[in-house]
Amino acid sequence: MSPHPHAPAQEDAANTHHGHGHEAGHGSLRGYMIGFGLSVILTAVPFILVMAGVFDSKLLTAFLVMALAVVQIIVHMVYFLHMSPRSEGGWTMMALLFTLVIVGITLAGSLWVMHHLNANMMPMSPEMMKNMP
Amino acid sequence: MANDIQAKAGEKPVFYLTEDHHPEASTNLGFWLYLMSDCLIFAVLFATHGVLGRNYAAGPSPADLFDLPLVAINTAMLLFSSITYGFAMLQMERNAKAETLFWLAVTGLFGAAFLGLELYEFAHLIHEGAGPTRSAFLSSFFTLVGTHGLHVTFGIVWLITLMVQVSRRGLIPENRRRLMCLSMFWHFLDVIWIGVFSFVYLMGTLG
Repeated sequence: MSPHPHAPAQEDAANTHHGHGHEAGHGSLRGYMIGFGLSVILTAVPFILVMAGVFDSKLLTAFLVMALAVVQIIVHMVYFLHMSPRSEGGWTMMALLFTLVIVGITLAGSLWVMHHLNANMMPMSPEMMKNMP
Repeated sequence: MANDIQAKAGEKPVFYLTEDHHPEASTNLGFWLYLMSDCLIFAVLFATHGVLGRNYAAGPSPADLFDLPLVAINTAMLLFSSITYGFAMLQMERNAKAETLFWLAVTGLFGAAFLGLELYEFAHLIHEGAGPTRSAFLSSFFTLVGTHGLHVTFGIVWLITLMVQVSRRGLIPENRRRLMCLSMFWHFLDVIWIGVFSFVYLMGTLG
């Protein structure tokens, strides 16, 4: 390939270094297929639950949809994004946990505060809404 | 002293090029941090939709508007593009340039199909008079789903750029690093989409 005699050795060194640097970076075909299989199931089930109306209780369906979404997000993180507590010396996991805390505060806080605000507002019917300026 | 310098001048200078070593590890972490900040953008948009998602202003509700089979196909497109990007990364590990490019192209096509369906849905909604200005629910819906679609659009632009780079320069370490970053970005968008179809479409249709 290369006319330089030292090139193959250099390439070799680069490859071994590369392999070392990405130890936890890449998955295997098996890992991707497991992740894909699980994702297909975890996507199909909530769609069927809602489209076919399997359960009469909306609350139960909603709970299952959100629970399956959380499970699928974890599946994607593990099998596609190759998250592990060891990658980058634990710093990616640290950043992820911090983000999850902030996301939790943002979501729960917004819904909580705005729900109370709504509950304390004067009730308004759609007819009144239509006549709004 | 002078002899010393003389001797050193005679030798072949040695340079320590550490750039190749360093960015490799920290790029991944840095890009991960970027993704986490992107995650916060989506968290705020999700929270907005959570608050405004029931304010229909006497307009159409999600059950009237959403076409769940279309959303299911859309979800499948994005999931397929995720697994084909995985295949591209596996081929990259094997140093197979042609196969890597092939799977990247397949990923791009699935991504384009996803975008096409989403734009069709948006056009359909706006045509029906359910545009972003109709109600608070639709404003937050278009903002959230549109932001995700914009991310996918830029992901495809990035993908095409990298395909050109790989076909011209081959699978050099720089291109491997870039492909790794795009891999994280692409799978991250799929993770966000899980939240979108569950929280916006399915929960919205439930009412």
